[in-house]
Amino acid sequence: MEAWFALLVGIFFTVAVYLLLSKSIIRVLLGVAILGNAVNLLIFTGGRLTRGVPPVIPGHQDALTGPAANALPQALILTAIVISFSFFAFLLVLAWRAYEELQTDNTDEMRVAEPKDEPAPPLGY
Amino acid sequence: MAASTASPADLSAALVLEPVASADWLAILPVAWCLAIGALLVMLRRKIDWHPYIAVLGLAGLVVVDVLLLRHVIASGPVTMVMGRWLPPFGIAFTVDLTGALFALTASVVALAGGVYSLADINDSGRRYGFYPFLMLLMAGVSGAFLTGDIFNLYVWFEVLLISSFGLIVLGSEREQIDGAVKYGFLNLVATTLFLITTGYLYASFGTLNMADIARKAEGLRGTAPLMTLTALFVLAFGMKAAAFPVNFWLPASYHTPRVVVSALFAGLLTKVGIYALIRVTVMLLPLQREELSFVIALAGALTMLVGVFGALAQSDFRRMLGYLVISGIGSILAGIAVGGPGGIGGAIFYALHSMLVMTALYFASGVAARLGGSFSLSSLAGLYRRHAGFAALTLMLAFAVSGLPPFSGFWPKVMLVKAALDIGAWWLAAALLLTGFLTTVVTGRFFLLAYGRNAAAGDGATASGRISPAALLPLAALTVLALAIGLYPEPLLATIQSAASGLAEPSAYLNSVFPGGGP
Repeated sequence: MEAWFALLVGIFFTVAVYLLLSKSIIRVLLGVAILGNAVNLLIFTGGRLTRGVPPVIPGHQDALTGPAANALPQALILTAIVISFSFFAFLLVLAWRAYEELQTDNTDEMRVAEPKDEPAPPLGY
Repeated sequence: MAASTASPADLSAALVLEPVASADWLAILPVAWCLAIGALLVMLRRKIDWHPYIAVLGLAGLVVVDVLLLRHVIASGPVTMVMGRWLPPFGIAFTVDLTGALFALTASVVALAGGVYSLADINDSGRRYGFYPFLMLLMAGVSGAFLTGDIFNLYVWFEVLLISSFGLIVLGSEREQIDGAVKYGFLNLVATTLFLITTGYLYASFGTLNMADIARKAEGLRGTAPLMTLTALFVLAFGMKAAAFPVNFWLPASYHTPRVVVSALFAGLLTKVGIYALIRVTVMLLPLQREELSFVIALAGALTMLVGVFGALAQSDFRRMLGYLVISGIGSILAGIAVGGPGGIGGAIFYALHSMLVMTALYFASGVAARLGGSFSLSSLAGLYRRHAGFAALTLMLAFAVSGLPPFSGFWPKVMLVKAALDIGAWWLAAALLLTGFLTTVVTGRFFLLAYGRNAAAGDGATASGRISPAALLPLAALTVLALAIGLYPEPLLATIQSAASGLAEPSAYLNSVFPGGGP
């Protein structure tokens, strides 16, 4: 099972990197979203995949018996999902605002902060 | 993570049972304090006139707390506090050693200076946008990143400071700012996601995220775990946060666009958080892998220095020039990390602390210069020396400090780094450091002559006011005096930094503090 998940995570990373390298902001955003999900799957896989029971110790026992699901990766992923979703929402609004303000969603044409035809610095007094 | 096999009533293996000593609360106090003040400011969002005073008092309190924390750490070694009484590796630990305390204190001093400067720089609309709550939450994130002892927790603090910095960078919503914020936002998010990917691999290999636990286990896992992959990914992720070559292009694209005080705080704090994380991970957790990678890090450092300083030489805008100088400073720190040993790591820490103070002050100077001369551009700035000689003197001192000339704070770390590089025979690294210092002197000298020394043409800048508000001059002067004081009398700081560096290289005190009595 882990091997299949590893393959899936690899495909996710490939797609994400491909999208992140494009010039259109909205594709980059999709890449960011896919990258976030790829990481979540990666942590999930890293924490052992099992169909075992939840890690709850019955009242008459002192310790877990048999295999149980690992709860920690799920806690980590929950945190990561909340964070990456809120960032995605922020960046979506920022991208929309940039499109309105700069009239382009092509990163090559976003040169307001670093204009191409800046006057050369003064060469002397 | 097997559960305890003792009787259910015996929790001593998993929980802290005795109450926490009151001095140990200092480890968490900087974060809790900033979050509390930030929450208070959000609640008072209709009383924006109160915001600056509350925030400045809050930041002054933060400085006091960090001073107490540093004193406590110097007196009694690393301090650990665990959340919810769960012992590591179950619970999240805040572990403060000398390095973390030094960085946290310097960050709070920089933030206090920024808070005072903002009285002159942030107008009512900036306050309504929530500049001060964002500033306090940014400091919560920065303090948390410096003080935490858990890798995943470090990621969370990175995100806290990142979202606050997003809020700060778009403050004002000008076209230029939106453009800079797009690049800043996307690339920093990719960098933190890269950090999270590495954290995932780290958890998969180690089964733990506590730094002390990782440091203990790294030696035993060398045969089986992909530690080189982890280290390389960490170097890439933190290098991107710190704006190291070749992943530095988001910094000059964005740092000159927001308000001056925001640029100043970013230059002082954010790249240094990346550097701190890099030092913590490569020096303390994975030292052998750092040695393997040292040539790559050294090469990246040398190229970062040169790219930064040549970029600065080509700029005609004061703030964009400073952005490139931030990058070249990062290169010097990377060189120190690559060289290693007490000289290299100590030099890197010293350079980072110096750079936090001096780069923030230089951004303040750019704001004052623009106020006096009406522009950030070198083509129209002129005659500042004639208008305000005292301010020109302050800027010249900062220029000397950033170039590494004695008797200012940049001199000592540069000496340490060059000596450490020569000691291991890396003459080319030492040459790059010296060349960068020389070229930085040229950059700042050229700038000073053109903007400050040149006579203003008739009519130029006549509209700009000739006076500087004391709220802008005070933090600038205070940081400059601090840089001068460190340069003139570096011994106490140098001794502290040396023991901080040896504490990172030999983390037994850190481990003892997290796992008293050997741990599980």
